[in-house]
Amino acid sequence: MLQIETWKRVLIWGLVALGLLLALPNAFYGRVEAYNDQVAAQAGDTTGASGWPGFLPSGLVNLGLDLRGGAHLLAEVKVEEVYQTRMEGLWPEVRNLLRDHRDEVGTIRLQPSDDGTLVVKISEASGIDRAVQLVRGLARPVSSLTGAGASDIEVSGQGDTVTVQLSEAERTATDDRTVRQSLEIIRRRIDEVGTREPTIQRQGADRILIQVPGIGSADELKAIIGTTAQLNFQPVVSSTSDPDSRVPAGQEVLPAADQDGVYYVLEQAAVVSGEELVDAQPSFDQNGNPAVSFRFNPSGARKFGDYTAQNIGNPFAIVLDDEVISAPTIQAHIAGGSGIITGNFTVEESTNLAVLLRAGALPAGLDFLEERTIGPELGADSIQAGKIACIVAGVAVLVFMAASYGLFGFFANIALILNVGLIFGLLSMIGATLTLPGIAGIVLTIGMAVDANVLVFERIREELKTAKGPARAIELGYDRALSAIIDANITTFIVAVILFVLGSGPVRGFAVTLGLGIMTSVFTAIYITRLLVVMWFERARPKTLEV
Amino acid sequence: MRLRLVPDQTSYDFFKYRGVTFGVSIVAMVASVVLWLVVGLNFGIDFRGGTTIRTQSESAVEVADYRAAIDPLGLGDVVISEVYDPSFAANEHVSMIRIQAQDEQEAVASDTIAKVEAALQEVDPSIRFTSVESVGPKVSGELIQTAFLAVGAALAAILFYIWLRFEWQFSLGAVFALFHDVILTIGIFSALQIRFDLATIAALLTIIGYSINDTVVIFDRLRENLRKYKSKALIDVMNLSVNETLSRTIMTSGTTLIALIALLVLGGDVIRSFVFAITWGVVIGTYSSVYVAKNVVLWLGVKRDWSKPTGGAGTQFANIDA
Repeated sequence: MLQIETWKRVLIWGLVALGLLLALPNAFYGRVEAYNDQVAAQAGDTTGASGWPGFLPSGLVNLGLDLRGGAHLLAEVKVEEVYQTRMEGLWPEVRNLLRDHRDEVGTIRLQPSDDGTLVVKISEASGIDRAVQLVRGLARPVSSLTGAGASDIEVSGQGDTVTVQLSEAERTATDDRTVRQSLEIIRRRIDEVGTREPTIQRQGADRILIQVPGIGSADELKAIIGTTAQLNFQPVVSSTSDPDSRVPAGQEVLPAADQDGVYYVLEQAAVVSGEELVDAQPSFDQNGNPAVSFRFNPSGARKFGDYTAQNIGNPFAIVLDDEVISAPTIQAHIAGGSGIITGNFTVEESTNLAVLLRAGALPAGLDFLEERTIGPELGADSIQAGKIACIVAGVAVLVFMAASYGLFGFFANIALILNVGLIFGLLSMIGATLTLPGIAGIVLTIGMAVDANVLVFERIREELKTAKGPARAIELGYDRALSAIIDANITTFIVAVILFVLGSGPVRGFAVTLGLGIMTSVFTAIYITRLLVVMWFERARPKTLEV
Repeated sequence: MRLRLVPDQTSYDFFKYRGVTFGVSIVAMVASVVLWLVVGLNFGIDFRGGTTIRTQSESAVEVADYRAAIDPLGLGDVVISEVYDPSFAANEHVSMIRIQAQDEQEAVASDTIAKVEAALQEVDPSIRFTSVESVGPKVSGELIQTAFLAVGAALAAILFYIWLRFEWQFSLGAVFALFHDVILTIGIFSALQIRFDLATIAALLTIIGYSINDTVVIFDRLRENLRKYKSKALIDVMNLSVNETLSRTIMTSGTTLIALIALLVLGGDVIRSFVFAITWGVVIGTYSSVYVAKNVVLWLGVKRDWSKPTGGAGTQFANIDA
């Protein structure tokens, strides 16, 4: 007969209560959000934070960009850029090694190349085998799990030139490192600016997805993360007005940042690079113009001190992202490792530059493949429209159900309301993001959630026709409808999973609400409605049943 | 007094005109494919790359003025359309501007967007840009691939699941019905030139999910009745099953449509094409569960003796909770 054990009843109501408790904070969105901000500001300490009782859950459903407004960027890291840097870094080692064996290979010359290779020409072509063998000796094992056993460089010789490049395994390992490093630096830069709940994720092999709610535009976001902020202090050889002037290998021509037509010829090897900075702060120079003051770590400070001591009276260049910001003349030995960068900055630029320098340089440039900006007012309109649609849809379905199934429809309606509460509870619990298609998913769930109940009720109606008595009919109704409910919902769930795996952004938000909606609607139909029906049946003990 | 959309006892003959209904479905599918190939889908930037800018202004949208401002920039194909929605305030005038992907640019050019924004600002100083979205050609190519993969994977997974739970004839019937729904949705999107983007793909998958739900419920009843009435002709058992589940089919489609229509009318213009696709799909999906999936099963025939163990994975597994 109709029976549900007490422990099951307790469990069912317990789960419902838990779900609703988790959903509760969303009813007071603004308040809880302010409370969470206070807690976050105190590094997780809840004491003193007001506006929301600390013993209640405070997890909220995150609002997606399309609801809150903000910027979305998909960036591709130009991983190949690192190959070239690696090869340039290898040059001094190769040079010293081959110099030591001058009697076998003759004199050596670096050949210009920019495709991730290091090309060295030797004067004694007969020593090529020996040169290749020597350079190979510089190879190190690849430091990654998949590339274990392989060495990091490939060396080949032809005629009188030795060509060095990264091996396939090392490239893979380097790519991975580059992307992870970029991700970390982007995260630091965005955190410095201090916005709420940014999403920074790696996507695929070399892409990074960045979503920052509340930011004005994608351009603003790009200004924060898009610059590589590679800072170098390089010796100046001369200045020129010809951007195409020919310079020997090892030197380069770079434009001045704020003067058109002025170019500097610089030594490529930097005296000190931005990696040795420990701090950078916006400040003002002696004339009151915005500037950035910085400080080196001890090794950087020593290098900088030594160089300035030896080159008093010579100019040196402060180079940011391949543009010469300024090229002051060294007036005196600068000890202590701190200094100031002046240029034609606005206050905002100097603040941003300081942030960029503090967070460190990106190892490689970024290509932006996708960018979206959604204004906050558009998001607010969408939330408003979604809310109204949800309420109207909900009320209409409730009326329709009650009209069709009477008391049983009323039970289904209670289950439906609890269902929506549970969806929000689960969304808050897993910290999922609600998007506009996600709201559509909830509305769709409201429509479809009654399906399981309808299946059962229709079945009970049919069983009643064969006159088995109300209790038996209810029991059979639930039993016989179960396989259809399970099959129908599993197939829909498969679709939700595929959407989640293959979709992105808003579509994924839709998949989450659809999937959760399926779970909660099956739970509410099989357990809650049934429990309500059983509880009613125990009291009323009806002789006949009208469904 | 109960609301009854369907009488308690029905015995409609759903298969009397099966040649006609199935014929209509086939014709509609062919027409959809022709429309798709001839007219083509109105792909959004997700699939063809480019930029869309949504503008909002206090004065009425003058498409010609906008065009005159943007044309001198030489950006190729630019589509400007005014957007209207009943939920807009009186001084809320919205337009959508779509600019094609610029040649030979892998990444998104933000200076192009800035130029367009500046030009429009000159036409209408009160103009604001409530959303700006750009997708590079590289990503859009991949998105198309992923989209097709998603629809294909969903169909394959359902084909497999139904085969596991029922019989292969059911599986083919169900998937053919889903295919029918997808093609017809693509057809109406081609015919009405509604924007087809990532959200539409999500809608297609939802349609697949809804339609299979419907189909499975009737199949489930069919399986049960095939066991019960061993000597009845297949067509009669099918008719009986559809009639028995008719009330449920109408109820569920009804509640879902009520919810969707509320969203279609009140949900705002941003997701309208998405909701439209799902609404259309619910109607088509309900139709195809009854008229397409069953007809395919009818033609393929079903092995009738469900009670004997056959060793087939499908039937044995199916018996567990039936």
